[in-house]
Amino acid sequence: MTSTAIAEPETHLAAIQVTKTFPGTQALRDVSVRVSRGSIHGLVGENGAGKSTLGRIMAGAAAPDAGTIWLNGHPVRFTGLRDALQQGVALIGQEPSVVMARSVEFNVFLGAESTTWGVLNARELRARYRELSDFTGFGLRPEAIVSSLRPADLQKVQAMRALARKASFIVMDEASASLGSSEVERLLSTVRRLRDLGTTIVYISHSLREVLAIADHVTVLRDGEVVREGRAADETPDSLLTAMLGQAPQATYPARTGTNTLGESVCSVEHLTRPGLIHDVTFEIRAGEILGLAGLVGSGRSEVARAIFRADRVRSGTVVVAGRRLTGSSPRDAIRAGVSLIPESRKTLGLILDQSIVQNVTLPHLRSVARMGIVRRRFETRHVRQLVERLGVRHSGLARPVRTLSGGNQQRTLFAKWLFRSPRLLIADEPTRGVDLGARRAIYDLIVGLAATGMAVLLISSDTEEVLGLASRVLVMREGRVVLEVAGDRATEEVVLRAALGVDSTGGDTHEDVA
Amino acid sequence: MKMSRERLLGNLRGSNAIERVRNYGIVVSFLAIFIVLSLTSRVFLSSQNLIDILDESAQVGIMACGGTLVFIAGGFDLSIGATFALAGMIAAEAAVGHVDPLAALVLGVCVGIGVGTVNALLTTVGRINAFITTIATQFIFYGVASVITGGLLVTVTNRSFTTIGRGAVGGFTYQVIAWIAFALICGFVLSRTSVGRYIYATGGNIEAARLSGVRVGLIRGATFVVSGFSAALAGVLSVSRTATGEPTADMGIELTVIASIVIGGTSIYGGEGAIWRTMLGVLLLTLIGNGFNLLNLDPTYQEVFQGIVILAAVAVDAWARRSKT
Repeated sequence: MTSTAIAEPETHLAAIQVTKTFPGTQALRDVSVRVSRGSIHGLVGENGAGKSTLGRIMAGAAAPDAGTIWLNGHPVRFTGLRDALQQGVALIGQEPSVVMARSVEFNVFLGAESTTWGVLNARELRARYRELSDFTGFGLRPEAIVSSLRPADLQKVQAMRALARKASFIVMDEASASLGSSEVERLLSTVRRLRDLGTTIVYISHSLREVLAIADHVTVLRDGEVVREGRAADETPDSLLTAMLGQAPQATYPARTGTNTLGESVCSVEHLTRPGLIHDVTFEIRAGEILGLAGLVGSGRSEVARAIFRADRVRSGTVVVAGRRLTGSSPRDAIRAGVSLIPESRKTLGLILDQSIVQNVTLPHLRSVARMGIVRRRFETRHVRQLVERLGVRHSGLARPVRTLSGGNQQRTLFAKWLFRSPRLLIADEPTRGVDLGARRAIYDLIVGLAATGMAVLLISSDTEEVLGLASRVLVMREGRVVLEVAGDRATEEVVLRAALGVDSTGGDTHEDVA
Repeated sequence: MKMSRERLLGNLRGSNAIERVRNYGIVVSFLAIFIVLSLTSRVFLSSQNLIDILDESAQVGIMACGGTLVFIAGGFDLSIGATFALAGMIAAEAAVGHVDPLAALVLGVCVGIGVGTVNALLTTVGRINAFITTIATQFIFYGVASVITGGLLVTVTNRSFTTIGRGAVGGFTYQVIAWIAFALICGFVLSRTSVGRYIYATGGNIEAARLSGVRVGLIRGATFVVSGFSAALAGVLSVSRTATGEPTADMGIELTVIASIVIGGTSIYGGEGAIWRTMLGVLLLTLIGNGFNLLNLDPTYQEVFQGIVILAAVAVDAWARRSKT
């Protein structure tokens, strides 16, 4: 990347040598991307490759640790989303940021209303809306209440809002994530229309099909680095996939011992269905087995975990744990049957941050800690201390609130909570999210060690490598279905990723409609 | 290395000034006022005055025990004032209607349990916001109280009706004894039992509690039932003291109760708090009134002063929360 390229008038925005670090992970490493004016620029990569971070930095939602953003040939330093918007750069995130109960027009001009002495000028607003509507050709009724719109039209509202603020550069982050496939088509035509009107679009998606369908240029990120870039016309799903995979860095995983001596079935799941989220999921986990559940974010992995744990109601399907069918509709029943769930978000679902380590650890097990309803506190503290020590939680007192622990230690506390009474089945949903490398290895050792004692483990992770490194068998989910089952030693990242993305081995595209 | 840094951070956080004020503010302010009154008024430390302070605090204190449980479990109960009135009215009405006086008082307490159950069902099974629910049920309970008596005063002439409200043992009135006993029980349940843990967990993070197998609806609902019980107990004691049931007696008592809870440092957002805190809060408000009396201060300023104390307590709670995140 030369400085002359940055200064060329056709370069709308360039991110040069951008680096960004989050606690425990390097999100971006020396990334340089040049986006041409009036083009659609696709950003693809696996979960956690850094594409969203890059988009957020371009749009001012995050500040780079090092590196520069050049806008129209000048270096800029956005102080935030608002600042970027004033300079013509807008972000449309995955979750629509609109006021659902208000009209399209209200949302489009929110914060940029035409007023006279603070009083809304309805006529001028409507005139501006007509102008914008004619310009985009989106054809949304200004009075329509946003909550009544089709999902794909929410992006139109947000695009119009960006255009109303004179934005000429729009970053769209996973805009299609919550859309069915017919809606995706509508979205893609909206994006094309925006480009034809002269807007520059950065389109972030993990759908290779979408990106290849609309992008002019594509940049592939892997582990926070640019690994491939070029004209979209020169790329195929296969070429992008190969770039996304790359050479897997040699991470260390504990050796699996005794994985071939599996015990009897601990948990069998049959025809589990929750409309729109999971579809006819069937599998079995045996004692001593680590079953990996891979797939993209939103493919239904966590929903399967929650369904087994009875955290959500399912429409149909059965879960049998240790020969007993779970019939109740609350996690109590699952816990009694010997199931533990380490949920994906330790802060909102797993722990009560303002309460002590002891209180958090024994909460699901008070029956075994209390006598006649009265908590035996010495007994409790002694057992928690032993467990917490064994798991290596570093703390400054068991009575201190969990909030004061570091992320890795909070995660270990969460493990302590769910291992206090050895479960038959341990479900770990993203057990290493936000955990630094050292602590990660300790969690791997723990999981493998537990399986060696005969515990059944269901491991869910967005990190494909992690699943392959630990699991003896891997299920891959896509759009709520299990689309592939492979033995852990025969699975490769490529096989898993192809199944997760829906790219079959002949290079074609097996995108299915599950609407 | 990392260990020591973590410990340091932990200590710094633990010694956060605002958090410390929140944790011990009630103790400090209670002692401050107590000492000031001891020094400025000769009457204050007389045993008669201290017993009067306790007696004056008892009804609010009993209600505040139930209210504290509701708050910690993440709920809110505004209907306790109306429950207080309704239970008293029904007890008085029953006694006038020749029901055995003691049975009439028990009946009043049972009404409170029923009323609490209604609140519990509406907020848990019905999933209606607790604040709105109890504003609405408050109107209903007051309305029912008026309907029962036709809006009139009910005067009980049977002497034995007032034995409980006016009786005393060793200088302590029955209602003070009831208050102390009830507070000890509630405090024990909260701090020592599994149910207490469930109450804190439900208010601290309802989804995490549910995923830990806690029956969050049952727990939160139960606190409403206890709250109804405690409001009715206070109402019955009040009517047994005065021998007169009046639908609008002690209007606004629920606000005094809520203020006491908040001054004590129990969080209005749930998950934190303690009975002993609330008890100090109750006593603090009574002390302020007592002080204005003893020192012959203009009583018109009393409410202004109380308002400032409440505001300070809530502000400290809010700032302590913000400094944590």
